[in-house]
Amino acid sequence: MTTTEHKHDHAHDHSHDHGHHQQSFFMKYMWSTDHKMIAQQYMWTGVFMACIGGFFAYCFRMQLAFPGIHVPGYGQVAPGEYNALVTNHGTIMIFWFAMPVLIAAFGNFAIPLLVGCDDMVFPRLNRLSYQVFLLSALILIASFFVPNGGFGGAWTAYPPLSANASYSMTTLGSSMWIVAVALEFVAFLMGGINFITTAMNSRAPGMKMFDVPYVVWMIVVASILFMCSVGPLIAGAVMLFFDQNFGTAFFDPSRGGDPILWQHLFWFFGHPEVYVVLLPAMGITAEIICTFARKKLFGYKTLLYSTFATGIISFFVWAHHQFIAGIDPRMANIFTVTTLIISIPIAEMMFLFIATLFGGSIRFHVPMLWALAFIGEFLLGGVTGIFLGASGADIYFHDTYFVLAHFHYTFVPIAVIGFFAGFTYWFPKMYGKMLNETLGKIHFWGTIAGFNLIFIPLFFTGAWGDHRRIYNYDHFPELTRPELQDLRIAATCGLLLMIASQAFFLINLIVSFSRGKKAPNNPYNGNTLDWTTPSPPPHGNFPHDNMPVVYRGPYEYGVPGRATDFWPQNEKA
Amino acid sequence: MIDWLVPQVSTFAAEIDNVVNLVGIIVGFWFFLTLGVFFYLIWRYRYQPGVPTTYVDGTNPKHKRFISIPHNLILVCDVILIVFAVKAWVHVKQTLPEPGDPSHADHHHGQGEQVDKVRIIAQQWAWSFQYPGADGKFDTEDDVKDVDELHVKRGFITHWELMSRDVLHSFSVPVFRLKQDAIPGRVVNGWFEATQTGTYDLQCTEICGLAHGIMLGKVVVETPEQRDLWMTAHALVGAAAPILALVLTPTQAFDMPTPAPTPTPNK
Repeated sequence: MTTTEHKHDHAHDHSHDHGHHQQSFFMKYMWSTDHKMIAQQYMWTGVFMACIGGFFAYCFRMQLAFPGIHVPGYGQVAPGEYNALVTNHGTIMIFWFAMPVLIAAFGNFAIPLLVGCDDMVFPRLNRLSYQVFLLSALILIASFFVPNGGFGGAWTAYPPLSANASYSMTTLGSSMWIVAVALEFVAFLMGGINFITTAMNSRAPGMKMFDVPYVVWMIVVASILFMCSVGPLIAGAVMLFFDQNFGTAFFDPSRGGDPILWQHLFWFFGHPEVYVVLLPAMGITAEIICTFARKKLFGYKTLLYSTFATGIISFFVWAHHQFIAGIDPRMANIFTVTTLIISIPIAEMMFLFIATLFGGSIRFHVPMLWALAFIGEFLLGGVTGIFLGASGADIYFHDTYFVLAHFHYTFVPIAVIGFFAGFTYWFPKMYGKMLNETLGKIHFWGTIAGFNLIFIPLFFTGAWGDHRRIYNYDHFPELTRPELQDLRIAATCGLLLMIASQAFFLINLIVSFSRGKKAPNNPYNGNTLDWTTPSPPPHGNFPHDNMPVVYRGPYEYGVPGRATDFWPQNEKA
Repeated sequence: MIDWLVPQVSTFAAEIDNVVNLVGIIVGFWFFLTLGVFFYLIWRYRYQPGVPTTYVDGTNPKHKRFISIPHNLILVCDVILIVFAVKAWVHVKQTLPEPGDPSHADHHHGQGEQVDKVRIIAQQWAWSFQYPGADGKFDTEDDVKDVDELHVKRGFITHWELMSRDVLHSFSVPVFRLKQDAIPGRVVNGWFEATQTGTYDLQCTEICGLAHGIMLGKVVVETPEQRDLWMTAHALVGAAAPILALVLTPTQAFDMPTPAPTPTPNK
């Protein structure tokens, strides 16, 4: 479907070259309503924020491995700074890296191309969404530089610590943090409206609901989850902001408030949020696995229904973050049941991905390596969650490094591996150049080795009793044994390896942009509509007078009796 | 498996470790099985020139059962895990065993002849403790108060009440496998029974501000006689409580009004 606005603006340049409709720099980069441009802005903003988050991780891991050292590039990490570093590392990586890259960037880039339309349904809303997002990122960055530094009450921001400046000692930092987070949610609400509407209303003629590529479904379900869960947290954010600045007492127990209320509001959003970023990463993985294994997705509908089940159950598990937080202990039993039940649809999804490999012909190109790594690494993240969902075991594991290692084994595959999978997969389409495979593989193995070297030791330190958000374990006699310190140093070495490996990514980008082979329209012999347009697609994506028509599902690989092993969705029988 | 790393010093430590072990066995089985199948398929169906792919869409019941059988088995495993996790949880968190409680003695090898009481008060950034003294009641003349060190009797069921004076804290003693958040404005009740004498770490595991990283205490487990001796000696010091109150100001540490207890369901 072409939007009315779009027809007026750009109708004339669909059939011609871009040459005689050169937009000004401002219109092209600052005010563009083209979904591909907005996607790239989201992506590179997210990557930039990830660099900041990664730098924070480097600072506090150095401090943990070598307490009290002068961290190269930062200096000595004081206790208050340590708290601010871990808080903002978590906040950035989830809200300013995973969210913009997985939902906003890939959603914006892929949905119109995969469903075969020329742009998002609400291009201006899309633009506004990015501007608000950028504003939120700037506010967060600014909060590091105000007096007393950035907010240091953990990314969960439990009051009364976060609500009262005399407790947190970051008067301005904590207010700016909550404003930035709330604005970021507003941005993604606008993005979510766009993704759902576009995927539902702008599908190419002939594309039935079950002909929609899985990743589009995933982003739609993720957007619905986000929209249903974010309301309570925005309300909570307003209440927290009022408590901080206007002396209200929503969360202050001495004046009738309740600090536990915030935890419910936060985690009612916070748990579905995990699935909000997980689902797009799973969708990208599904696309890549089908394309490079030359296989039809195993049980498309089962996968879809499992996703819906995951989405629905994810609203009933939130209090497993609060087992020992002082809620009525009887509640823990109910949430143990729901938490373990959610393992079933997730396990089913993983099984279906693995079953898709059966009978395939697997090409180990870089995107496929990332997609396979996602499955392998996420499995470990998934199964370690059972230790924490089982209430009896959580009494010991809660707030230890075991929890930290568990959720990094879910979030790093989602955000980092998912990003690299999607980026390397769609890079030829985004920029019209092929990436260098050798550099890509070095980057892949370095990142994966580093990642595992960070977090496998941390499972053990957690089981050994290391609790979270401690800037120096020397004060705890039971935690000063040299074996524990060795594990901490190993984790820091893993981080350094992971960071160093990103150099190969950077080199790969430079080499590929400057001397990369020109990408054909369909470099991987894929079936989906994104591979039918030129690389990169022009403004409007598809030829104006020849919008795609869809005849079959997206994963018809290796159909018996055909000369080629693929069958594009828009090819007439 | 946890007891290889951290000793078990409470009656329920072994119970929690058993839940961890059970989860570890079940989850480990599924993890390595899935990963094994995953790597096998990757290797078996790698690209080989001239070998075509099989067209399988996963709707054939013959293929579907490879998903549906594991799916049902996982459901069974979940039920087993829920039963054992909830059982441990109910015992540790949802009950308050009294002396000679048959369920306590039978299943958990506790001696649990007598009850000892303590009030635990968390604040930025210290732990303080209040013992009820000879009359067994808090906030009376003979209360004994102390900071940083919690002295408990081995083989006694210790009933504690946990409160916070400012922000959230969390009372965690790894060797007891016990952890509980302290919430300002509420009293959380619980129990433990220490089984070995010694001095153990007490951690604050909920971020509580600037000095969260050094908010530590000690749990000293003593024989009942040693503890009584300590108590007698300390009662004299306790009489000099104003000195401690200076440490704990601004508001007076031990004269805070006791908030209404939240109901803890007993059994």
